[in-house]
Amino acid sequence: MNIDSTALKGRKVILHDMCLRDGMHAKREQISVEQMVKVATALDDAGIPYLQVTHGAGLGGNSLQHGFALASNEEYISAVASRMKRAKVSVLLVPGLGTMRELQSAFDAGARSVHVATHCTEADTSPQHIAYARKLGMDTTGFLMMAHLNDPAGIARQGKLMESYGAQTIYVTDSAGYMLPEDVTARIQALREVLAPETAIGFHGHHNLGLGISNSLAAIAAGASRIDGSVAGLGAGAGNTPLEVFLAVCERMGIETGVDLFKLMDVAEDLVVPMMDHIVRVDRDSLTLGFAGVYSTFLLHAKRVAERFGVPARDILVELGHKKMIAGQEDMIQDTAMTMAKARGLLTDAAA
Amino acid sequence: MKKIKCALIGSGNIGTDLIYKIKRSAVLEPVWMVGIDPQSEGLRRASEMGLKTTAEGIDGLLPYVLEDGIQIAFDATSAYVHAENSRKLNALGVMMIDLTPAAIGPLCVPTVNLREHADRVEMNVNMISCAGQATIPIVNAVSRVQSVDYAEIVASLASKSVGPGTRANLDEFTFTTSNAICVVGGARRGKALAVINPAEPPMIMRNTIYCVTDDEPDQARITESILRMIAEVQTYVPGYRLVNGPAFDGNKVSVFMEVAGLGDYLPRYAGNLDIMTAAATRTAEMFAEEILAGKIQLKIREAA
Repeated sequence: MNIDSTALKGRKVILHDMCLRDGMHAKREQISVEQMVKVATALDDAGIPYLQVTHGAGLGGNSLQHGFALASNEEYISAVASRMKRAKVSVLLVPGLGTMRELQSAFDAGARSVHVATHCTEADTSPQHIAYARKLGMDTTGFLMMAHLNDPAGIARQGKLMESYGAQTIYVTDSAGYMLPEDVTARIQALREVLAPETAIGFHGHHNLGLGISNSLAAIAAGASRIDGSVAGLGAGAGNTPLEVFLAVCERMGIETGVDLFKLMDVAEDLVVPMMDHIVRVDRDSLTLGFAGVYSTFLLHAKRVAERFGVPARDILVELGHKKMIAGQEDMIQDTAMTMAKARGLLTDAAA
Repeated sequence: MKKIKCALIGSGNIGTDLIYKIKRSAVLEPVWMVGIDPQSEGLRRASEMGLKTTAEGIDGLLPYVLEDGIQIAFDATSAYVHAENSRKLNALGVMMIDLTPAAIGPLCVPTVNLREHADRVEMNVNMISCAGQATIPIVNAVSRVQSVDYAEIVASLASKSVGPGTRANLDEFTFTTSNAICVVGGARRGKALAVINPAEPPMIMRNTIYCVTDDEPDQARITESILRMIAEVQTYVPGYRLVNGPAFDGNKVSVFMEVAGLGDYLPRYAGNLDIMTAAATRTAEMFAEEILAGKIQLKIREAA
C-alpha cells in the first residue's frame, strides 16, 4: 500500500511502550525490579505517555505454563508507578489467566491503564473485566489478539462487543507478526465504521516480517490513534514495532507524539540493548512465526523443547501454526514436540 | 429394575446433554426438565425425548416433586440461583448434584472422593468444573504417591463448546477449579488456566496437568498411579486419553490429556461437556444404587 508522506502530517498519536511487558517474554521473565525502574524512568523522561509493566503474560502470569518472574506484578508496578512523573503504568489482563482480584491489586499498586486481551473471536469472555476496569477509572482497552485469525467484519463485531462492555479503545493485535499492511488497513477501517467516534483504535504489531513500522503507519492512515511498540524492539518473537525507529518515522512524516526522539534512542541503545539475552531480531525461527502465523511468545518455548526432544524449533512452530494454537496454549508446545519426537523415533511412550 | 427419578434444572448445553447420559443409566430416569425460556432448544428437545417440562424455573417444578417421586436433581443453571434451588429441593428431600460454580456442598470427583460423600449421605454435592473433572484425578494420582507442593492445570476448550454462562464468569471458573485442585486433588497450592480456541474443525478438549512434588518424583510409581487413575475415569468417560507424558523435569511432572466426548448433544470435540455430565451422572448413580439397596434414605427436611 502507498501512504502519501504528507497525508498524516499533524495527526496526534499516543505511543504505548511494551518493553517491560512484552519484553519480559524475550527475557524469559527475568527483568529485575531495578532494571524496570531504570528503563521506565528514562521512558518517562523521554515523554512516553503509557508504559506497560507486568509479567509477559500479564496479571496472573506467574505460572509453570508461562514462567515465573523475578518479582510479583505488584512489586514491579508499585516500584515503577511511584517514580513516574507523567507516564501512566498499564497492565495486561487476559481473562482465563488473570482475574479481577489481580486487576484490583494492580490498581492498588498504581496501574491506571489496562489492555483486556482476548483471542480475536472470544471478546465475550471479557465483559466483567472491562466493566471492572472502568469502575476503577482505568484507561481501558479491548485487545483483540491474533487478529489475523478473524476477518475484518469479524474484528468489527468483536470490537463492537468490547465497546459495549465499556472499552474506550479497541486494539487490532498482530500477535503473530503475520499481517501485511493491507490486512491492517482492512481491519482498522472495519472497526472505524462501526465504533462510536469517541472510541479510539489502536494497533499492536510484531516485527516478525519486518513490517512493524509500515503496519503501524497503515493503522494510523486507517484511523488508529494509539500505537504499541517496544524500545529497541524488546518483545516476543522478532520483537514489537521498534519504538524509537517508529518515532523517527513519525517525526519525518509530521505525526505528533510528544516524545523526544533522541532521548528514546538513548534508552534503546544505552539501557535496553545491553539488557538483551539474545539480540531480538528477525531470524530463522522468529521469521517462521511471522510466515506461519504463530503466536510470537511461542518462540523461546519452542527453542527450549527443541533442544530437549531433538525436534527443530521451526518444525514445531510450523506444526503449531497448522494446529491453530493460540495465546495461552504454551503447554501444547511441549505436547506437540513430544508427539513429533515419538513419530520420529526419538521418544518412547511412557505409558507403553 | 426400579430407577430413581431425576429432575434437570437448566436447559443449556449441560442440562440437555445430561438427558442423554441419564437415559442411558440403569438406575436413573430423567423425568423433568426445568428452564426459563419456553423457546429454548433444550426444553424443546427434552419434551421430544419424553420429559415433562416447565419454563417457569424451579417454582414450576416444586408442586410435582412429591407427586412424581423426584429424588435427585441436577442443577446446571448458575451460581447465582443455585443456592435457592438447592434450599427448595432439599426441603422436599431431593438430593442435589450441583454443576454450577456455587459449591455450597462438598466438591466431588467420582474417582477420588465420591464414596465418602455417598457414605455421609450428602444432600448437595458440587461437580466443580469441566476442567476440574478432567484434571483433578491426575493431580490426585500424583499426590497419593507423594506430596505435591503446587499443581497447575491448563484447559483448552473448543470455542463452540463453551456456553454463555462460562464465558461471562471465567473468574469463577478459575477460582472454583484452583480451590478444588487443593481440596480434592491434594496439592498444597493450585492454579487453573483456561483457554478458549476457535479453530475449525473444533479442537478436542485438551488438558495439561503440572505437579511439583516436594521430593524427587518416584517416576515408576507416579506413572503407574496415573495410568490406573486414567483407566478408572475411562469407565464413565471412554474418551479420556493420555496423549503425552508423564514427563519428568526436576520435580515437575507434566501430563498431557485429551478428552473426547460421546457426541450426544454436542459433537465429540466437546469433551468438557461430557466429562462434567458423565461425572455428575456417575455421582447420581452411586447415590441411586444406595437408595435402591435401602442403604441410605433421603430425608424431607422441615421447611425453613
